Amino acid sequence: MIYQGKQKIWADYQKEIPDDHWYYVRSCIRQNFFPGSEKMFLEICRNVLHKDFHENESHTTCGGIAYHCDTIPQETVMTIVARQFALMTESGYENYVASCITSFGNYIEILETWNEFPELEAKIRELLWKACRREFKKPKYVAHASDLIYKYRNLIAEKAKYRLVNRFTGEPLKVVEHIGCHYSKMFPSKGVGGAEYPYVLCGMIEAWGGNVIDYPERRHCCGYGFRQYHVKANRGYSISNTHKKFESMEPYHPDMIITNCPGCPYFLDRWQYVIAEMEGKTYGENGYGIPVFTYEEVAGLVLGYDPWDLGLQLHQVAVEPLLDKMGIEYDPKRKYEGLNHKDLMRPELPGVLKCC
Amino acid sequence: MDFGFKISPSSAVNLDNVDLSLYDRLHEVEPDIAKCIACGSCSASCPAGRFSGMSMRKVILDLQRGRQKEAVKMLSGCMLCGKCLMVCPRGINTRHLILAICKLYGED
Repeated sequence: MIYQGKQKIWADYQKEIPDDHWYYVRSCIRQNFFPGSEKMFLEICRNVLHKDFHENESHTTCGGIAYHCDTIPQETVMTIVARQFALMTESGYENYVASCITSFGNYIEILETWNEFPELEAKIRELLWKACRREFKKPKYVAHASDLIYKYRNLIAEKAKYRLVNRFTGEPLKVVEHIGCHYSKMFPSKGVGGAEYPYVLCGMIEAWGGNVIDYPERRHCCGYGFRQYHVKANRGYSISNTHKKFESMEPYHPDMIITNCPGCPYFLDRWQYVIAEMEGKTYGENGYGIPVFTYEEVAGLVLGYDPWDLGLQLHQVAVEPLLDKMGIEYDPKRKYEGLNHKDLMRPELPGVLKCC
Repeated sequence: MDFGFKISPSSAVNLDNVDLSLYDRLHEVEPDIAKCIACGSCSASCPAGRFSGMSMRKVILDLQRGRQKEAVKMLSGCMLCGKCLMVCPRGINTRHLILAICKLYGED
């Protein structure tokens, strides 16, 4: 391919991301699964990079889980989202950043639907007014939080205390990146790199010194898929998808997995325990699993934050082997120590999957 | 441990681990097999397909992917009527091909 032509095509997959002044909305489930992630995002953006990020305590779920589980109609989701936009408008912001991939997909889908069907937007404005007497302006830019960390990746790299490098061998760590399906598979032009070459996590990994692994099932779903998991009868389908991914990445011996979705790290992490119990198989070194991280947790690690302040003790797969490889200092005694030295208690250890 | 659900085996075929030596011999005997574009005309016109699951298109794809058992099992539904031969847009002598497969892969 002619180089200029390639550059032109790649330019079509880029996304405009404003540098500052964002209205931040959280995810429903991330704070339960990975409690340090959203806190770390705001910590990095506000206190490390000194950017303006505002959040409002009145914001709610975007309705995405219920929508994708087919339990509420789209008009209901639209009205919930319209209320979020109203809160943004009342706060005086125009750039909207979502912590959750499904929320991000949901917002994009709704804005695109309103562009195609303005009468539906008018109806939702009326419904919102009737429901809570609020009005809204549509956001000028909608981004996912990983877009912002991607944008700031070089600034983070400049301030980094650690790099994604194996300190024993000096080699870059082998990193699997997993992009949430709702990031750019629905609207490719809204994600960095589109649906086929999403670069959002690769950019971070490369900037922080790691090596991205390309494996056959790289773009496969993590297995969550909402109804695949939430309907108990379908859970075999969910874990089979995850199993397929792990079998595919296993020959490349990944050191870690980075994801940008609330569900993906949870399922890639917890299903490793279930696969180990069902099949007696583990995918990491010496009986351990492959540690799974959110991009904020990795940014926090790279910047030198304490792993236990990042909430890494809540991961099913032990993160200590990776911390040792990166040379990150940690106190094993503090692993289950909460705020004000509160004892968080130790979890029961699994039978097969090795944990610290 | 029983969680109340199971892991289904993946249907992905790893071509690096497939033994295609028999297929290569078939290709020597019947070079026309490489002309197949998997259009499915043979399968659509097959009178046995509806009752036995026979599909010439699937047979060829299975052989190319090293799934010999499935291909040979499917061929047992063929009545050698030759309709697929008449409709093939690539002019493949499918009847002859089926007989060659049976001979090579040890099917009666």
